Amino acid sequence: MRRDFLRQMSIQPVGSAHSLAWRLHLDAPLLAALITLCLGGLLVLYSAGDSNMEMVMRQSLRFGLGFGILFVMAQIPPRSYRFWAPAFYGVGLILLVLVLVMGTHAMGAQRWLTIPGIGRFQPSEIMKLAVPAMVAWYFSERALPARLRDVLIVLAITLIPAALIARQPDLGTALLVAAAGLLILFVAGLSWRLIAVALAALSIAAPLMYFFVLHGYQRRRVDTFLNPEADPLGAGWNIIQSKTAIGSGGITGKGWLNGTQSRLDFLPESSTDFILAVLGEEIGLIGILLLLATYLFIVGRGLLISWQAQDNFSRLLAASLALTFFIYVFVNIGMVSGLLPVVGVPLPLVSFGGTSAVTLLSGFGILMSIHTHRKLLGH
Amino acid sequence: MSGARRHSRQQQAGYSPRRLRVVLGALGVCVLVLGWRALDLQVLQHDFLARQGDLRNLRTEPLAAHRGVITDRANRPLAVSTPVTTLWANPREVLAAREQWVKLSNNPVLSSRTLAQRVEANAGREFIYLARHLAPEQAQQVLALRVPGIYALTEYRRYYPAGEVTSHLVGFTNIDDVGQEGIELSMDNRLRGTPGRKKVVRDLHGRVIQDIAVLEEAHPGSNVALSIDLRLQYLAYRELLAAVTRNRAAGGSAVVLDARTGEVLAMVNQPAYNPNNRSGVQTAALRNRAITDVFEPGSTIKPLTVAAALESGLVSVNSTVDTRPGTIRVANKTIRDHRNYGVIDITTVLTKSSNVGTTKLALAMEDQALPAFMERFGLGTATGIPFPGESDGMLPIRSRWRDIETAALSYGYGVSVTALQLARAYAVIANGGIKVPLSLEKVDQPPQGERIISAAHASALVSMLETVISAEGTARRAKVPGYRVAGKTGTVHKLTAAGYADDRYVALFAGIAPAENPRIVTVVVVDDPQGRDYYGGLVAAPVFGSIMAGVLRTLNIEPEQPVGTYAGVIDQEARL
Repeated sequence: MRRDFLRQMSIQPVGSAHSLAWRLHLDAPLLAALITLCLGGLLVLYSAGDSNMEMVMRQSLRFGLGFGILFVMAQIPPRSYRFWAPAFYGVGLILLVLVLVMGTHAMGAQRWLTIPGIGRFQPSEIMKLAVPAMVAWYFSERALPARLRDVLIVLAITLIPAALIARQPDLGTALLVAAAGLLILFVAGLSWRLIAVALAALSIAAPLMYFFVLHGYQRRRVDTFLNPEADPLGAGWNIIQSKTAIGSGGITGKGWLNGTQSRLDFLPESSTDFILAVLGEEIGLIGILLLLATYLFIVGRGLLISWQAQDNFSRLLAASLALTFFIYVFVNIGMVSGLLPVVGVPLPLVSFGGTSAVTLLSGFGILMSIHTHRKLLGH
Repeated sequence: MSGARRHSRQQQAGYSPRRLRVVLGALGVCVLVLGWRALDLQVLQHDFLARQGDLRNLRTEPLAAHRGVITDRANRPLAVSTPVTTLWANPREVLAAREQWVKLSNNPVLSSRTLAQRVEANAGREFIYLARHLAPEQAQQVLALRVPGIYALTEYRRYYPAGEVTSHLVGFTNIDDVGQEGIELSMDNRLRGTPGRKKVVRDLHGRVIQDIAVLEEAHPGSNVALSIDLRLQYLAYRELLAAVTRNRAAGGSAVVLDARTGEVLAMVNQPAYNPNNRSGVQTAALRNRAITDVFEPGSTIKPLTVAAALESGLVSVNSTVDTRPGTIRVANKTIRDHRNYGVIDITTVLTKSSNVGTTKLALAMEDQALPAFMERFGLGTATGIPFPGESDGMLPIRSRWRDIETAALSYGYGVSVTALQLARAYAVIANGGIKVPLSLEKVDQPPQGERIISAAHASALVSMLETVISAEGTARRAKVPGYRVAGKTGTVHKLTAAGYADDRYVALFAGIAPAENPRIVTVVVVDDPQGRDYYGGLVAAPVFGSIMAGVLRTLNIEPEQPVGTYAGVIDQEARL
């Protein structure tokens, strides 16, 4: 009884206010945090791109598009997402197969589909939303904790697209898509015994994967991760340069636009995957901690939305979206600071690049939809 | 269905709070790991990584030091440094951007073909010069095209405003600004500055982005003020060049000394070269002949012989010498005068340049007295001015001087000097018998000299030498209107590999002015005149006259008969 009271109370201030944001189906704290993050990201990008205003304008346009999509997604009620989830997933799967058959090559991988008249896009991005939606849909009508049969089906739902994406090859996205599905499996109450078995299988499979599945360049990335100093001018260059950049920033940094490593071209990929090193060098430890705090706030807000959601589908989907977002952050920062091997994962909403920003903001649109379409208990 | 039951069913179907706690715990651990990693890199490893960063982009570069300026005694520039731009390339970078070479096609400063040849021949290197010492605007024609791998460097280039007039004296530096000849070489240590060091930020491609700090200032080299008076140098150069051309001589030198301070006021030679553009210069033209080349002084040495006779007490100013019959036999050689001068006083020995007279004086002196005396005048010893390649001259050291050797010495054979040594010997006479060290640098405080002969004898010698310029003497053409000048001619057979050449001569004149208050000494050497005239009195004496006239006027030395001279000139003009 007491818990019910508390949960109703926590909703009350927002609900009773009937603020403008609420009526527009937007979540004001989440929106504020996202806008702060994007604006901060543009500042770092301006420095990372050697004060190139054109780059900042292009990124701003993408953010504008992303927030537009976020707004539209927030208007659609969660039950529509639930209804369309299997179809969405199915279309995504077909597109992934099409990519492998007739995709566009670029930078040594086949990740894009070209639609005449519209342009290119990556179907793997659809799966970042379609997989958690499909898994949440699957569990929404079933009793939890999950039974073995359900677990196997969910594993299939998750791993088939992940494997297709890994074939492109795009290991980073594949891992993130797999994580989106597996996270739901975990919070849905996958038994610890099954987890233990899976971990054991993974520890056996990892070395085998290394030797038989990974591509040469992926294997080199792992080698480089394990010992970056082995080839400091080649494969290890990125990671050594980014550690140097971050470390030389110190606590307060060298000042905005004053980073030597990034601005003098010593830091490769400084405006895309390695943009955190620019932040670390110019704003220092303070900047990194502020960035982490912003991310943590966004993830926390997402988990709160999940906790307060009123049906299984919404709760699982919201939890997956929030946690996947965190995995992005963790993998990118871990990679740039030399804790994890280099996988092509951008720093969410800060790195230069349109596709991932639009996908992420779409996900936050779904979160806001979940939060603002609840049936409020009036007095 | 009550609210409570609905709630519990949701609880059963949704995720468990325990799982959420696990997730939150894992999330917290991850955040802590990232935070710790940032702390580790930015605080614990900060010093090491910051140093690593600096190693990548901070470089120490030399700061070019300005080479000292060489000036004349009135600070007129003789050698100055101007900044120039040198283009260099990193062949690896240039080769990586082949498609950009087309920008340089038909470039007047650096064509794409030249670039291709240079970088392809040095593909493995990281630094090659492309074009050195370009005017900054020339270099800009290449730099503006922004071809990758081509960079600029500021260097200094030496310019010699006086060109060939001071070429032998000042010398020159090589392309790396190191002295090679002349003062540039002998005073290189003083002229050369100490390069400084500066810290710069460079990007990945080696371009200097920013100068951070000067670690060590570049100390510019010291300036050197020479004793030379550029006006006199020009004058001497002009007159010598005219004489060498007129007489079709192989070469020549002229030296002007301030007898009181030992300062060299002018020192010129022929042939000369243009130090600003040395392409195709013959090495013979590089010699500062006034210092490096020796010749037998011939009759110009006779005043020293007379001085020795006076100092040894053998003769007095009014003594006479019997030169009849105009020849004298020493050992089995006959020494001749031009004609039989009869019994003459020692002044006339100099006026007529009597070989018999000086021979008699020399043979009357004690053994070894004459060479010892010559040595005190500085013959056979370098003047000690710091100059590369100075010759000592040659005064033989013998345990016993045979009569013929002593006799030859008395009229200037069997001994050799440089023009500067001869000028120094005359400066002793001009300076009241006191020898002062010579200097190529401006002297503020005249140094303490060494007395060689008495003041009375010195002044007597000047008077005797004045008669040489008179109508009776051998050097009427050395006359300087308005001034009393003294001097001595010399004509010597040129010494070749096959002995003395019958028809090749060195024409000499050494003189002092003004005679009543001697101050300036000038020596003129004309080597191997090919014209009709070859006597010192005809070839070298006129050069002395014109140089000395200009020197005395330029230095504002008061004429002996100012009014008379002008009046005379006006009278003459009036009569015309």
